[in-house]
Amino acid sequence: MAMAIKLSLILLLCLSSLLAPSFSLFEDQVGLMDWHQRYIGKVKHAVFHTQKAGRKRVLVSTEENVIASLDLRRGEIFWRHVLGPNDVVDKIDIALGKYVITLSSEGSILRAWNLPDGQMVWESFLSGSKYSKALLTVPSNLKVDLDSPIFVYSGGCLHAISSIDGEYLWKKDFAIESSVDVHQLILSGGSDVVHAVGVTDSSQFDTYEIDVKNGGLLKHTSASFPGGVYGEILPVSGDRFVVLDASRSVVLLITVNNGATHLQQTHVSDLIHGSSENTVILPSKLSGIFSLRTDSCIVFVKVTDEGKLNVMEKVDKTVVVSDALALSEGEQAFALVQQGDSKIELSVRLVHDMSSNHLKETVKMDHERGFVHKIFINNYVRTDRSHGFRALIVMEDHSLLLLQQGEIVWTRDDGLASVIDVTTSELPVEKIGVSVAKVEHSLFEWLKGHMLKLKGTLMLATPDEVAAIQQIRLQSSQKNKMTRDHNGFRKLLILLTRAGKLYALHTGNGRVVWSTLLQSLRTTSQQQCAGLKLRQWQVPHHHALDNNPSVLVVGRCGLSLTSPSALSIVDAYTGKELQNLGPAEHSTVQVITLPFRDSTEQQLHLLIDADKRAHLYPTTPEAASIFQRESENVYWYSVESEAGILRGYGVKKTHSSEYSFEARNLWSIVFPAESEKIIATVTRKPNEVVHTQAKVIADEDVMYKYISKNMVFVATVSPKASGPIGSATPDESVLVVYLIDTVTGRILHRMTHLGSQGPVHAVLSENWVVYHYFNLRAHRYEMSVIEIYDQSRAENKDVLKLIVGKHNLTTPVSSYSRPEVTTKSQSYFFTHSVKAISVSSTAKGITSKHLLIGTIGDQVLALDKRFVDPRRSLNPTQAEKEEGLLPLTDALPIIPQSYVTHAFKVEGLRGIETIPAKLESTSLVFAYGVDLFYTRIAPSKTYDSLTEDFNYALLLLTIVALVIAIFVTWVLSERKDLQDKWR
Amino acid sequence: MGSRKWAVEFTDNSSTPSTRDIPDPPGFTRVPHDQDDSTLSRQKKDAEANWKSQKAWEVAQAPFKNLMMMGFMMWMAGSTVHLFSIGITFSALWQPLSALQGVGKVFAPYKDSKVDLLAPKLLFIALNLGGMLLGVWKLNALGLLPTHASDWVSSLPPAREVEYSGGGIALH
Repeated sequence: MAMAIKLSLILLLCLSSLLAPSFSLFEDQVGLMDWHQRYIGKVKHAVFHTQKAGRKRVLVSTEENVIASLDLRRGEIFWRHVLGPNDVVDKIDIALGKYVITLSSEGSILRAWNLPDGQMVWESFLSGSKYSKALLTVPSNLKVDLDSPIFVYSGGCLHAISSIDGEYLWKKDFAIESSVDVHQLILSGGSDVVHAVGVTDSSQFDTYEIDVKNGGLLKHTSASFPGGVYGEILPVSGDRFVVLDASRSVVLLITVNNGATHLQQTHVSDLIHGSSENTVILPSKLSGIFSLRTDSCIVFVKVTDEGKLNVMEKVDKTVVVSDALALSEGEQAFALVQQGDSKIELSVRLVHDMSSNHLKETVKMDHERGFVHKIFINNYVRTDRSHGFRALIVMEDHSLLLLQQGEIVWTRDDGLASVIDVTTSELPVEKIGVSVAKVEHSLFEWLKGHMLKLKGTLMLATPDEVAAIQQIRLQSSQKNKMTRDHNGFRKLLILLTRAGKLYALHTGNGRVVWSTLLQSLRTTSQQQCAGLKLRQWQVPHHHALDNNPSVLVVGRCGLSLTSPSALSIVDAYTGKELQNLGPAEHSTVQVITLPFRDSTEQQLHLLIDADKRAHLYPTTPEAASIFQRESENVYWYSVESEAGILRGYGVKKTHSSEYSFEARNLWSIVFPAESEKIIATVTRKPNEVVHTQAKVIADEDVMYKYISKNMVFVATVSPKASGPIGSATPDESVLVVYLIDTVTGRILHRMTHLGSQGPVHAVLSENWVVYHYFNLRAHRYEMSVIEIYDQSRAENKDVLKLIVGKHNLTTPVSSYSRPEVTTKSQSYFFTHSVKAISVSSTAKGITSKHLLIGTIGDQVLALDKRFVDPRRSLNPTQAEKEEGLLPLTDALPIIPQSYVTHAFKVEGLRGIETIPAKLESTSLVFAYGVDLFYTRIAPSKTYDSLTEDFNYALLLLTIVALVIAIFVTWVLSERKDLQDKWR
Repeated sequence: MGSRKWAVEFTDNSSTPSTRDIPDPPGFTRVPHDQDDSTLSRQKKDAEANWKSQKAWEVAQAPFKNLMMMGFMMWMAGSTVHLFSIGITFSALWQPLSALQGVGKVFAPYKDSKVDLLAPKLLFIALNLGGMLLGVWKLNALGLLPTHASDWVSSLPPAREVEYSGGGIALH
């Protein structure tokens, strides 16, 4: 057996040495096994650009810090820019009709992008003296010395910036005189004055009038009210503002008139009869009207010229209101969206005539999209000179829809831009029995298809038929079938998004098979829910093949760690929520998948709550008995990164209830707070398969790997060096890495990198860990590898003993036996900074590994693990060369062909998931961020399958020829034998 | 003598050439006729046996040539593993094996009660074993024999772990 393997390995080596070591693909192979999807995320703000000439587009900024220009007709992305995770977009607007202006990073960066193609035109950095709200005002028709200034309030200063080149015109610092917090910038049309309206110490109301030409202060009025304010000041008309007082029960109407400020108080209870809890003023700017939302309803209040507040209308609290849209002189319209059951009602009203709906449309809406969160409206002029409206709505699941004339023009599933967790599910097995009718039907279809194809090749097909041929090609494509395939390439990728929606994507072409908005994770007005983890719950193998596989979604309802958790179990084939276990009475800070299954193939899970109690799921007596049997050997640990403590726990014998268990403290590792701060921890993937425990090195020698699933890699840096690169000198920054056994708390290995600092990205697999950090002395990024070997098994080298099986290599090991370990490590320079590291995983773990590195350029680079082998030396011996050991180099090579994402970018890359296919040579790779990318890789080439361009015809021909030759020679030899006998 | 027209001589003079004036045809050697039948057949058998044993020895020695040939080819094939060297090595192993299987058949034509076939057979076997050893040696030289510990442990799965531990940083 051993020899057979050896032989096959040798043959494999021969084969692989024959093939050139490139992993690239040809241009026409793009899209055969990979797909790439581009998203933008949940839209925060949208600006329409619908001029008569040119393409109609909408500019959006999103919660994923994306600014994008979308085609209004089809929803496609014209251009898109993903700003960094710390560069949050505050405001977006259009200037001069050709520039998109964005204000980001708390108002400190102002950029202008060219509208048609998205090129950056200019960029300005605004410095402020203190933190403040960021405001942006782009006047549409203000000219100051042939320039159109943009007004930005940020950092306590008002800046005027030229919209042509981004030059500073002037700056007015409010923080010098007082600590005013400006809420609104108002530019009344035609005048040369900017009004800044703000609050000082939340008790004094200030208005400033500032000259647009030079920033000179023209007028300052203030009025104090001791009650304090809550929330933002909202302008109602040119000189009137409303704000809530601190108790949220009084509406203050502020009137600025000729340098005097008048305050007028109205109780909310006078406006709304009944409960008025949690009152807020909605930020929709409607002239002369403001809207108040309470727990029970939304009211529109008109401010009359005399300063009286009149309630105009009371609507349901789920109604969403848009900003006002100027139609023509003095006419303004705004939109309301009312949520119905599986439909929404969109109504557009004119501000001056609130009594009737200008337009009312009912649109059917998939209830899996949840509630409407935001609405932006835009108008167009119909042929009969009347106004038509289109509405862009953002749904609860972060999807974006365009409504026009009562229909959904297009939808974008932008919830997929914020994937939290990924798991996979097998597809159903193909049914073998096929009915006669189906066969007849398929035969007919087959004939028809072939006729069409024949027509196509003879150039006789009409355009319709050509389209039909293409359709057949796409549908008959093997990779998109909804059944399990032999190689295990077809799977369902199940994605949990930040919106609490679960998506199932087919790996063949990335289409959404189903999507479910999880009821248990829906954010309500009382609590904010979010998904945390997605785990496989039931994976039917042998006993329960009739059951569909299912996944467990763990979420949390609330913002703190002690908030109750929400659990639900979802069918992986249909997306139906099978069980809604939440909100559970306990919190969840850890989800541990135990390596045990019950008779229905349900995976046992331990959920650890904030009080260190363990809760067992599923809550069945069978699961409890399995857990009771195994509880002696179940441990868990917690990493308290703020306190710098690792703690290990076991299960207490006495348990509080049948399914919840008390923890007993077993060990703890306390890192000295003055010198070490935890910045990264990594463990092995729980489902990783390792083929062998021995590593054969040159001269047929053996090293035994220390393979333990209970190993954690911890990286700490000195607290001074925990900031960004450059904040600490090399002398004061120390990076320390640990390998810790999580059962006993034993430190297996500790290594210090002087003059290095984070961020650390690491991957732990088999017996090695590779981590990436910054070396301050060399001013370069470095990658290090640690391989850990079991010294207690090293004596197993007697061939005779091994042949007769007298060795301890297969006996179960316990961490308490404290095996001796040795480590080998090496460091290399690496050019890129890294966003994520992962490693390829295959079904049996035989195939060699590739590191998958998410680079700063949002691409995924495959790096052969052989490059990070600590046994590399400058001059490898002949035997080592034969083993495949590469000569040591100081830097790791970056081969352009080994980018698995080839021409694509996975913008905002956050994670890389690898899934083993059934075919041993192949690993499926799914990278997610704002974009999604999927492909398959074969780290050792596809040695177990024929390539697609294999010449089957030649093989068949050869076989046929051989069979004929055998037959002919047999006949000939028979004849000769007969002749010989007659002689 | 002159009056005699003809005469028939019944005596066989074939064994007495001296009495004849006609010389024997060239290449014809006269077997002495004075031996009786038994001695004649014995002689004949002896000769056959001799010949058989001679042939048997020849057959027994034949693998030697093969051996030399194999040795040369192996030397030519080198010590790296590729198709040629593996083919040669396996044929070097297979040939002696098949020869040893058919050792009875090879020596069957020379089977004789008088001929001692044991020694040639032993030589034949020994030479073939030698060939096989050569093959095995070559196999070892190529590193294809499981003589190292690595060959026996390289496919051993990792040992099962008794304990199980999970956890990490608190989820948020």
